[in-house]
Amino acid sequence: MNTQLLAEVSAFLWREADLLDHCDYDNWLAQWREDGLYIVPIDPDATDFADRLNYAHDDHAMRVKRVARLVGGDSVSTQPVSRTVRSLSRFHILADDGQTVTVRAAQFLREFRKETLRDYTADVTYTLARDGSGEGGFKLIAKIVRLINSTDALHCIGYIL
Amino acid sequence: MTTASQAPGARDLSDLVRADRVHTSLYTDPAIFDEEMDRIFNNCWVWVAHASEVKEPGDFKSTYVGRQPVVVVRDRKQKIHVLLNRCRHRAATVCEEKKGRTNSFVCPYHGWSYGLDGSLRGVPHPESYGQCLDKGEFPLKSLRVEEYAGMVFATFKQDQEPLADWLGPAKKWMDLFMKQGGGFPIKVAGEHRFRFPGNWKIQLENTTDGYHFPVIHKSFLSTVDKQTEQMLDFVNGPGFVEDLGNGHSVMVMIPDLIDLEANLDAPIPARFEELAEELRADYPEDQVRRIVRAVGGSGFNLNLFPNIACSMAFFRVLRPVSVDETEIHHAVITMDGGPAAGNRARLRLHEHFQGPLGFGTPDDSEAWERVQKGAHAGTDLWILLNRGLPGERVTPDGRVSDVSAETGMRAAYQQWKKLMCATTAVPSSAAVPSVTTA
Repeated sequence: MNTQLLAEVSAFLWREADLLDHCDYDNWLAQWREDGLYIVPIDPDATDFADRLNYAHDDHAMRVKRVARLVGGDSVSTQPVSRTVRSLSRFHILADDGQTVTVRAAQFLREFRKETLRDYTADVTYTLARDGSGEGGFKLIAKIVRLINSTDALHCIGYIL
Repeated sequence: MTTASQAPGARDLSDLVRADRVHTSLYTDPAIFDEEMDRIFNNCWVWVAHASEVKEPGDFKSTYVGRQPVVVVRDRKQKIHVLLNRCRHRAATVCEEKKGRTNSFVCPYHGWSYGLDGSLRGVPHPESYGQCLDKGEFPLKSLRVEEYAGMVFATFKQDQEPLADWLGPAKKWMDLFMKQGGGFPIKVAGEHRFRFPGNWKIQLENTTDGYHFPVIHKSFLSTVDKQTEQMLDFVNGPGFVEDLGNGHSVMVMIPDLIDLEANLDAPIPARFEELAEELRADYPEDQVRRIVRAVGGSGFNLNLFPNIACSMAFFRVLRPVSVDETEIHHAVITMDGGPAAGNRARLRLHEHFQGPLGFGTPDDSEAWERVQKGAHAGTDLWILLNRGLPGERVTPDGRVSDVSAETGMRAAYQQWKKLMCATTAVPSSAAVPSVTTA
């Protein structure tokens, strides 16, 4: 096992998780490559997402709009903002071709808003481009968040998973 | 949280719905909710599926009619059945998947198996029954099923008026809505499911509520292009709301988009220019224009009492769970056999607004949740439904007023009152064996 790569990858992804929990969206957006996709699928078995319905299928423009909505103050479902704490674990490097690294991890997220504490558990697959210009040497080119209850009726989620 | 009350008598209920307001207890009283499940959901035509969801023989989906689980399935003769999801032996559900394809439904408990038409086919080890089990007597219970414009409805009431009569003037709006296939048959290609802690009628009202749009959806409107923002700035515009009878109503927000096959020579909106260019590689110009005009959906919401709406570009399905819990499905519509690029545009537009991570739905949901919470304050107070009343006038189909009038809600509540206060309502137990008390 390449523990050096595992350490580099987990450092980058823990930083991403920390930025989201602390609503540091400018730095989160900067972790992405322009052509990257943030996807929250419905179908747990889907591997291609463009031709099916997802919860979110964000390119760069949509990520910027999603962030603007979260911080803009016009969206009643984000006022007050949800407080989240997520922990990322069980990193498994699925592929490394020298240019990109694909890694799968377990995400446990707790959300508190108004009077309710909720859990969201997800299997998350990241594709990272080795990119000297990015923080930690990587840029995100895909983040696929597979909620384990994606096929159930969810409550509204006013933050980024 | 809710105040229990005695089961309200018919006369009491009629006092709770007035011409211009309804009483708060319609959102909060569990006894009224129980009565609604019986008198409305067990006694109306209730939407269960779009035909495309059960396209081939053996295709099925599981859903609910009111609180009762059902399976919608197409048999080998192309007939659609709606069957109670309950084994006739000891009541276990025979289907737990949301959708799929099968040859039969087999109860996992003792292995009783049923055909696609619900008939009881096989019983393991039948010897012990001797002559005391006639399989012909124990099919999965069937509801009556009728279809219009691809929309499939079911009812427990065998003597219910024909679906076409129940829909009445709503039928022509259903026909118009289906034009968003852009020349292709429309197809339900998945849905967003979410729940909110509130009464089902709060969502029923919302589909015919133009007034809320610029307020609650301000953040959504800030994420669309200028032309779209202007198009959606309809509250002071020429649109209208029309009561279509039987609780159905239509809210036309964008009159120009009533008929998606009209005005095909109009300039293509800037936001669809890239799509049009992509389609030109495979389609002639007239077809490109027809597809592009249909991609963004119709300019109206058609509310069909009690549980389905044709809402601009998607189907909105509501399922009452309890007096203060409602499940919503926003089913996306694509063109069956249509261009992948056009369908992708439809999928991305749906994701942009709808669902638990959309830019529109969460704000609606938050508002509905607050309605339910607020309804526990001042339990003697009323919900106002008088907007647009002075300008309301009679039409051949019903009554019409301005685009942000509460005419559609008044229509739904008058139908609610009619069903809830009817003295001749057939209880569901007449059609389906239900709980009997000793």
